[in-house]
Amino acid sequence: MMRKELLKDPRVVRIVAPFLVGIVLVGSWQIVCVAFKVPVYLVPTPLNILQTLIANFGSLFAALLVTLKITLLAFLCAVVLGVAMAFLLVQGRIIEVSLFPYAILLQVTPVVAIAPLIIIWVKSPTPALVVCATLVALFPIISNTVLGLRSVNPGLLNLFKLNRATRWQTLVRLRIPSALPYFFGGLRISCGLALIGAVVAEFVAGTGGSGAGLAYQILQAGFQLNIPLMFAALLLIATTGVALFSCMAWLTHLSLRHWHESEMG
Amino acid sequence: MLMKCQEIDSVVSTVSPDSDTVLFANRVDKTYPNGTHALDDVRLRIQRGEFVSLLGPSGCGKSTLLRMFAGLEMPSAGHLRWWNEPRMPDYRQGRSMAMVFQEATLMPWADVASNVRLPLDLCKAGVEEREARVAQALELVGLSKSHKSYPRELSGGMQMRVSIARALAMQPNLLLMDEPFGALDEFTRNKLDADLRALWANRDLTVVFVTHSIYEAVFLSSKVVVMGASPGRVIGEVDIEGPAVRDENFRVSPEFLHYCQVLSDLLTRANVEHD
Repeated sequence: MMRKELLKDPRVVRIVAPFLVGIVLVGSWQIVCVAFKVPVYLVPTPLNILQTLIANFGSLFAALLVTLKITLLAFLCAVVLGVAMAFLLVQGRIIEVSLFPYAILLQVTPVVAIAPLIIIWVKSPTPALVVCATLVALFPIISNTVLGLRSVNPGLLNLFKLNRATRWQTLVRLRIPSALPYFFGGLRISCGLALIGAVVAEFVAGTGGSGAGLAYQILQAGFQLNIPLMFAALLLIATTGVALFSCMAWLTHLSLRHWHESEMG
Repeated sequence: MLMKCQEIDSVVSTVSPDSDTVLFANRVDKTYPNGTHALDDVRLRIQRGEFVSLLGPSGCGKSTLLRMFAGLEMPSAGHLRWWNEPRMPDYRQGRSMAMVFQEATLMPWADVASNVRLPLDLCKAGVEEREARVAQALELVGLSKSHKSYPRELSGGMQMRVSIARALAMQPNLLLMDEPFGALDEFTRNKLDADLRALWANRDLTVVFVTHSIYEAVFLSSKVVVMGASPGRVIGEVDIEGPAVRDENFRVSPEFLHYCQVLSDLLTRANVEHD
């Protein structure tokens, strides 16, 4: 009886269902590997990966912190720059028409292609990597925030005009709240892109030594054909991405739960 | 045109404004850039304390006229006066204006009290005064208990009440309403009509009410301005002499039906002329 009610709770289902899928997938992976005696240098078993992860946790975790630092710095830069640019773009049609193509240019240029250039220009490694990752994460913030700042209910705009709201009042009380759902949508896309940008930039830069991130761990493991170590590093990157996304989803929920349709039910 | 109107027992007022005139439109014309002739030579005088309905089919420019009175649109020709001044007055005692739109137009992210407080926040009224006025306005529309609710938690009728409370919080002397109850079911609409009529009767308030319902216009108004379409123009003005306190009995009285008949005839003839 109790169990049935618990399973009906949508919050429980939301956690339990994907968890079960994960267990089934990992379980069958383990079984297939063991049953067909797949060699460990091709596909390691989940148990194998876990053992490697625990054995190398110190170095992997240090690398994770490096990658995470770059990701978060880049994400922060992207949010600040993206929002600033969005505000600039909505100031007038002419500004938008003349600048938006360059924002798109930013989006379509592959980071792998410009990373070497940035690494030459910016000498110290961390800022260079942050710049690369920021470029990747920037566009969704700009485009979503612009869309949001424009998506104002025309009736409310009339109401503000009727009450002689100043430009500033209209911005703070109307445009910014209207833009929030779109902005948060941008955050969710952008946080994942910041991580991808950070890892890709690390690959291209190939920075080694004590300040190396997870990408370097993967490269090294590849050279040594240490496949379980590669998987362990991959697992950490994936987990970080999911954690970042969950943080953004939680932030969205906190800000929109009272009023926006996306956070209902 | 004027001749035909007089035949059916109504006169377009061509009188000049006096000290009691709240709104005055003189030879107002509106043509949009795309060529739509929304209003043609509109003359209208609205006196202090009147409840005036603008009645007509869609496309007769009644909403355009209302939006001009609200300062949201400019006439292409002719001029408007507010309290005998050529420009919309700044907010001050005795000359404040508020508008209620077709939809409730509430901020979904703000609770009911904050929505009602918005115009007071925008004109930077005293903080204590704001709270008092919000509470008072919500009480007038019977929503005191819902002040912490969010708009999406309310029914359409309640949302409209919040919208009206927001207008009342400004303690307006002139209230412009653009088909406010058009999207509501008939029972809710009748109830809100009755409440609105009672609100108007108890204060120094002039109301301009846009509607396409003949019944609503007769029930609410002290004067109905009948408008025709393409181009939008005033066909006639009909004074409604009904009882001061109007209730459901008024809706079924012979008087009420008589006025409905008069207005209906006016509208029909205008359309026949046009065709």
